Amino acid sequence: MERKFVLRGFASGALAGLLSFVFARIFAEPVIARAIDYESARDAAQAALDKAAGLPVAPAGAELFSRTVQQDIGIAVALVLFGMALGALLAVVFTLTQRGSARHVRPRTLALLLSGAGFVSVYLVPFLKYPANPPAVGHEDTIETRGSLYLVIQVVSVVAMVLAVQLGRALARTRGSWQASLLAGLAYLVVVGVTMALLDPVHETPGPLRDASGTIVLGGFDPDDLYRFRLYALGGQLILWGVLGLILGPWAEKALKQSGRPVVVSREPARV
Amino acid sequence: MTTPNLTAAPIDTAAVDVSGLAGALWLIGAAVFALLAIFFIGLDQGMVSVFGSDLHVHEFVHDGRHFLGFPCH
Repeated sequence: MERKFVLRGFASGALAGLLSFVFARIFAEPVIARAIDYESARDAAQAALDKAAGLPVAPAGAELFSRTVQQDIGIAVALVLFGMALGALLAVVFTLTQRGSARHVRPRTLALLLSGAGFVSVYLVPFLKYPANPPAVGHEDTIETRGSLYLVIQVVSVVAMVLAVQLGRALARTRGSWQASLLAGLAYLVVVGVTMALLDPVHETPGPLRDASGTIVLGGFDPDDLYRFRLYALGGQLILWGVLGLILGPWAEKALKQSGRPVVVSREPARV
Repeated sequence: MTTPNLTAAPIDTAAVDVSGLAGALWLIGAAVFALLAIFFIGLDQGMVSVFGSDLHVHEFVHDGRHFLGFPCH
C-alpha cells in the first residue's frame, strides 16, 4: 500500500505541477518578461551613470539559457518536479496518519486537510512575510540573508502547525471539536504572528534611479507588475496544493477499497 | 487547520501502519527524492551551491524559482 500511495503521490503531483505551469506560462511569464526588460534597462542605466562618474563598470553575465528555454521548458521542468516532490511528501504524511491518528477520517478528506495544512504552513504564512518576487526585485548580495529568513519562518510555521494539530486533538477530548479547533487555530496564529513581528523585514523593491544631480534617469519597478506577480505566484501554489489534495485523496481511497481493507475505522463500533 | 474530524479521536500511541521493510523504504525513498528535488529547484546555486560557482541549474529553473517564491538572486 505504501508503494501505491507514493506512486500515486508522484503522479498526482506531476499533474498538479503541469497545471500550475500552464497557469504560470499564461499569466506570470508576461510579467517576468517585463521584469527582465526592466532589469536590463536598469543595468544599462546604472552602467551609463557609473561610466559618467568614472567608476568601474561590472561586465554583464553570460546567458546560459535563452529566455525561450527558461520560460517554456525550465519553468515547466521546475514546476512538474516540484509538484512531484510535494506529492511524494503528501503521500508519506498521508500513509503515516491514515491508519493511525486519522483512522476515523475518510481518506479523501484527510488528503485535502493535509494539503490544506501544507499550503498554509509551508507556503502561505512565509509568503505573507516574505512574498515571491519577480526578477529585478531583490539585491544579489542579500540572497543568503533572505534565504535564511525564509527558511526560519517556514520551519517555525510548519512545526507550529504540527503542534497546533496535536493541541487541537488533545483539547477536543474535554472541550469538543469546535472550541478545540478555534483554540488550536488561534495558538498557531499567535506563534506565527509573533515570529513575523520578530524577523527582519526585507525592503528591496527598486526605487527610481537618479543621476548625480538628482534627476530621475529611470523610474522604479512597476508596482502593478509587482502585485500581479505575487498574486499569480499565490495562485500557482493554490493550484499545486489544491489539485494534489483533490486527486491523491480519492485515488488513494480507491486503492484502499480495492485492497479490501476498511477505509474508515468507525468511532462507534455498535453502529454500521 | 485542526478539524472537527481529526480532533475527537483519542490520542493513540503507535498506530502507524507500515507493512514491513519494503513499505518503510518506499516512504524513506520518496521523502529523500522530494527533499533533493526541492533543494535543486529552490536553493542550489543561489544561497548555497554543491557545484561551485556554476549557474546552469539556477538559470534553467530560474523562472520557476521566482514563481515558487524561493528567494532568488
